[in-house]
Amino acid sequence: MSLVNYATREITCKIVYYGPGRSGKTTNLHYIYGQVPDDRKGKMVSLATQTDRTLFFDFLPLDLGTISGFTTKFQLYTVPGQVYYQTTRKLVLQGADGVVFVADSQARQLEENIESFQDLHANLAEQGIDARAVPLVIQYNKQDLPKDLILTTAELNDALNFRGVPEFGADALHGPGVFETLRSISELVLKRLSSPAK
Amino acid sequence: MQVDARHRFDNFVVGSANRLAVAAARAVAESPAAVYNPLFIYSGSGLGKTHLMGAIGNHALQRAPTLNIEYVSLDVFVEQLHAAIAGGEAERFKQRYQRVDVLLIDDMQFLTGHRETQTELLRLLNAMQGSGRQIVMSSDRPPAEIADVDERLITRLSGGLIVDIGSPDYETRIAIMRAKCEERGVKFWPGVVEELGRLEFKNVRELQGALNRLIAFQTLGGEQIKPEDVLTVLGDLPEAKLAAAKANNPSAAPGSEFQSFLTDIASAVAQHVDAWKVRTAEAIAYWTGEGYRTTHLERLLQEVVPPPNWESLLRGFGATIERLKALEQKVTEVDPALGGDDVFRDPERLREAEILVDRALAGATPPPGPSSAFTRVGFEVSSSNQLAVRAADDIVVDPGKRYSPLFIHGPSGVGKTHLLNAIGNELVDASGGASAVACVSAQVFMDELIAALQDGTVERWRARYRSADALLIDDVQFVAGKERTQDELFHVFNALHAEAKQLVFCSDRPPHELDGLEERLRSRFEGGLVVEMQSPDRALREKLYARFLAATEHVAQPELLAYLAERPTASVREIIGTVNRLLAAADLAGVPLTLAVVRAELEPDARGARRPTTPAVRAAADTFFLDDEKVVWDWTDVSARVLEELK
Repeated sequence: MSLVNYATREITCKIVYYGPGRSGKTTNLHYIYGQVPDDRKGKMVSLATQTDRTLFFDFLPLDLGTISGFTTKFQLYTVPGQVYYQTTRKLVLQGADGVVFVADSQARQLEENIESFQDLHANLAEQGIDARAVPLVIQYNKQDLPKDLILTTAELNDALNFRGVPEFGADALHGPGVFETLRSISELVLKRLSSPAK
Repeated sequence: MQVDARHRFDNFVVGSANRLAVAAARAVAESPAAVYNPLFIYSGSGLGKTHLMGAIGNHALQRAPTLNIEYVSLDVFVEQLHAAIAGGEAERFKQRYQRVDVLLIDDMQFLTGHRETQTELLRLLNAMQGSGRQIVMSSDRPPAEIADVDERLITRLSGGLIVDIGSPDYETRIAIMRAKCEERGVKFWPGVVEELGRLEFKNVRELQGALNRLIAFQTLGGEQIKPEDVLTVLGDLPEAKLAAAKANNPSAAPGSEFQSFLTDIASAVAQHVDAWKVRTAEAIAYWTGEGYRTTHLERLLQEVVPPPNWESLLRGFGATIERLKALEQKVTEVDPALGGDDVFRDPERLREAEILVDRALAGATPPPGPSSAFTRVGFEVSSSNQLAVRAADDIVVDPGKRYSPLFIHGPSGVGKTHLLNAIGNELVDASGGASAVACVSAQVFMDELIAALQDGTVERWRARYRSADALLIDDVQFVAGKERTQDELFHVFNALHAEAKQLVFCSDRPPHELDGLEERLRSRFEGGLVVEMQSPDRALREKLYARFLAATEHVAQPELLAYLAERPTASVREIIGTVNRLLAAADLAGVPLTLAVVRAELEPDARGARRPTTPAVRAAADTFFLDDEKVVWDWTDVSARVLEELK
């Protein structure tokens, strides 16, 4: 998918929030949605199960208006975290310009994080994408929980961030870290404009 | 108007609200017309638009001192335009602005309602953008919100980059005030500036006013202001600001996080999109909007790396379209139906367009060519005409190079028309039929012009002749005294002569004897070769009689030919007349053409004055007057009569 269409003067950018179940991907999108001024608000589509888990995916279109003469639109997607939604995850991942990996900072979730992170790489590889070439940012969510329940960002870095991508501690429910993450991934994605992947 | 030297980038405080605008302004100042053209800056009053425009001007000038930079406020521009129109100097006004390299126009919101200014501005923008010069504009609102402005102008204004400057945030306000204090050499107690900064001034001017008040209070009162005094000193501030100041808590207002995200993304986008692609896409959008095909540029857009000459490619594309426009205009003058033709919309079909125009201009009917009845082979040469013939032969070998124009003069009937047409035929043959040789009598030339004037197709008529490879005009003496014809002939002459096309003229007199011939034409006629063809001499007469008689069943005896050749004749035409007369007489008598018969016919004195009534004479005579009585057969002693009248 071409990110910048010079002919129609459009920039469209697909960012996928990936991560294990209940790590807060949808929460990220909800917080962002809440911050969008009313006149810019698109409709957030959430296909959730009855128990409020993401069944298929969330989709948040962000119309950023005209930037440098380009109509700029971001599409934010989340994947369902639960292991058995593999097919949906692959589907959503298609054509992603950037990936935010939302990890659950709780110590007991470490295994799920690692498993999901490997799943991400496997899915990318399956689509013939070199995971090293995809802009990626890691968010360690739920950093607001009591210290004894969670791992620090340093510990999580050791476990997950072997590639040294930008990482952010976050509290997606209340906001800290959410926009930092989005900004970081957006900038990485845009940076690829000037040095397009071959 | 000069740019205010105080407006510079180094004294412009950058904050999140104006970062993008400053980045864009800098980019423009660093390389005018290369990135964002036009750059349109809008913001509420007092947020630094004018300062930023000034900074662009000063910075650009610093980098390239030879640049012609003009700062003008729109109302001044309007005034200048009106004055120029009133003074009949609109053209000079246009030229003046077309020389500007970087044009900074402030207060664009005043465009509302100024139709003629909008038109002028539109033209100016097109001209400037077309020639790669920078335009920066500012307004208190975005282009689309300026009321009552021509749609086309709005799209032009929006075509480059539109940036806004927001109200300064707290940090920026503090930074601005610190800078101001430094500039003025004023020192406040710690906390005073911060206290003032908490007041949410919507623009820098108000903020500066409040700061000035504090400065005045402190310097005049001779007492240091304490932070808690700030609100008292400022006193009559609107409630809203105070309330804002009081409730100025650091927690972000809803939407502000998104706003700052947006600002950052905007600068990231500005940084990462390829300027050359943006320019190319802009050009595509522009020319597509104007109705042109942009296949060429679309291919360019597919390139991953910018071709090193992309800028000249864009310029070249614009130039091609200008050429198409010119061609279209030209063809419309000749044939309005061709105006909308598709070839004028596709720069890749320029060549086709040129051919179409050439063909249209040349007209459906080519100019009259030489008559095939006159051949060079059938033209007899002797000393009386050999100079002209030699020149004619040279022309055929090397048209346009040796004798152009060739001006042949001589009395009527010596073969000028024959030679002229023969030259024409030879030229056509020499080129294998490719040459368009216009061979026409001046009378026809003139009649055609009059008809063209009548139908309003002069342009097409003119083009027919101008497209000719050679122009041969017979009896050019007829143009003498005809002003318009001479004028047209003059221009056609110049056009063809400039392209080294061959020109040949025939006349009964040399140019300097043609009364009523304009000097400019006369000198041009004489500028080539002027040769005379004289009445046929004896040798030529003999050849001619031999030729004409050989064409009949009569055998021409040498003594007959010698007899005929001895008779003085003024023209070839007369010889033909004589031959016809003799043939008719011989036929009538039913005898072969012998010297005796000829003598009897040509020397009527020997046989009595019965000549005028012989049927032979009638056959030989010009059949113009069918009634014998209308024909004066005997011109007895004409010279005596002329002298008598003179007396």
